[in-house]
Amino acid sequence: MTATTEAAPTQVIPPQERPPRRRLTPYWLLLPGLAWLVVFFVVPMVYQASTSLQTGSLEQGFQLTWHFSTYWDALSEYKWHFVRSFGFSAVATLLCLAIGYPLAYTIAFKASKRWRNVILILVIAPFFTSFLIRTLAWKTILSDSGPVVETLNALHLLSLTDALGLTTGQRLLATPLAVICGLTYNFLPFMILPLYTSLERIDPRLHEAAGDLYARPFTTFRKVTFPISLPGVVAGTLLTFIPASGDYINAQLLGSPSEQMIGNAIQKQFLNVLDYPTAAALSFILMALILGMVTVYMRKAGTEELV
Amino acid sequence: MSRLLKWVRAHLVVLAGLLALAYLVLPNLVVLAFSFNKPSGKFNYEWNQFSTDAWTDPCGVADMCGSLSLSLQIAVLATVGATVLGTMVAFALARYRFRGRGGATGLIFLPMAMPEVVMAASLGTLFLNMRIPFGFTTILIAHIMFCLSFVVTAVKARVMSMDPRLEQAAQDLYATPVQTFLKVTLPLAAPGIAAGALLSFALSFDDFIITQFNSGPTTVTFPMFVWGASQRGIPVQVNVIGTAMFLAAVVLTVVGQWVGNRRKASA
Repeated sequence: MTATTEAAPTQVIPPQERPPRRRLTPYWLLLPGLAWLVVFFVVPMVYQASTSLQTGSLEQGFQLTWHFSTYWDALSEYKWHFVRSFGFSAVATLLCLAIGYPLAYTIAFKASKRWRNVILILVIAPFFTSFLIRTLAWKTILSDSGPVVETLNALHLLSLTDALGLTTGQRLLATPLAVICGLTYNFLPFMILPLYTSLERIDPRLHEAAGDLYARPFTTFRKVTFPISLPGVVAGTLLTFIPASGDYINAQLLGSPSEQMIGNAIQKQFLNVLDYPTAAALSFILMALILGMVTVYMRKAGTEELV
Repeated sequence: MSRLLKWVRAHLVVLAGLLALAYLVLPNLVVLAFSFNKPSGKFNYEWNQFSTDAWTDPCGVADMCGSLSLSLQIAVLATVGATVLGTMVAFALARYRFRGRGGATGLIFLPMAMPEVVMAASLGTLFLNMRIPFGFTTILIAHIMFCLSFVVTAVKARVMSMDPRLEQAAQDLYATPVQTFLKVTLPLAAPGIAAGALLSFALSFDDFIITQFNSGPTTVTFPMFVWGASQRGIPVQVNVIGTAMFLAAVVLTVVGQWVGNRRKASA
């Protein structure tokens, strides 16, 4: 990723030096791109809002009947899908943070320039490789007689996760744990890159200074490194949590049909059942819940003094 | 033993980092290994027998290479569209102060902060209601829409860090605005534009969720093909393509960094 310094100010050219038509230039530059977004992003959202309040069927057509109870029905029917979506995503996000932070730290502070590039390529390359194929590869890795299951069984860890309800029958495939594993894997780069960007900006002399003041390495991390990297943590958790909570691929390929996420429900209503009002209502509830959580989270992360 | 333990403790962070890296790369290695498998059934999940059949006949599966070429076409067109539109927006946002700038920035940010399934369903609902038939065009429209924001972000970051005095210097040396743009501004912004284009190519080529809601039954992109195969039976050739894509991505990024370093060295 290209390192960017946002500090560099863009110099504004005083208006009187330019002919007045220049003032319209930004609008002409914006017009095509923003028009595209308005027509194919904003208008569809508005359309979907109206669809969620319609009743009817595909044959007879849909009419706007202000049928608000679609929301209520959708929410009560799929409440566990929502709970699972946010639960799985939250766990996956925390795992991404726990797994991604050491790697980002290693790239930023421990690796030589040459290795830094190699590791970054290995982190970014999955972006360019088909993620569906890689998710399917997890079926092989987690298979019942595979080394992962056998190792975990030898350590009696699967009995523990069975007791916790994360796995069933001492197998990994078609369990919540497999879905969480897939989510963690798929969205890990989205955690690592912002973490790395914020860690890379830290002046290593701060670490030396902390050491000179007799701070133990962990204290340096807790009092210096982590607080400074917080913008990266916030960005990374959002970039992981938001797409993960709407994902349905991992739940479909690695999970069991009885424990699916809200994305699966939306996909099914839209593509199989053809119940567009319910699909629309479910998407809006998902959007509203995410928006609410993100707002609360940003407020917490933004105002809390971090020591 | 205690020396080993000491060493582990001293390098705990690096070891954890390398484990994380292994976690990231492991599926790619599995895909590579299983591209040399001769599966016993329809699914390629269990190792059976070594074979290079799939590598010698990568397009031996009906429809797979067709879907691949469709994905490439869409990705190229979506990249061109999103890069042109996105670069213009990025220049407007990075270079000008104008009324409505905050709103425009917000609108650009929104698609990146929304779960894909929400965008996918709403655009699909629009096409349905407008009775626009699903197919190549609807996929392309959708891909340009969600790639646009990523291009804007990449190009804007680059343009913001460019020194505007270089362009002023060109103008002082009697370059026309067009000359200044082509000879100074564009070369300076090129790495950002290239990053944005590369990202949007990768996003479009690999997109599944938005494509599934906006493709209709007959237009099958490569991810759609893999999805269908995951239910019906997975040909080994899928792993060949996956491996080839991984290698191409690594080569591409290595060459990109090498060119970047050389440019830096010569500058």
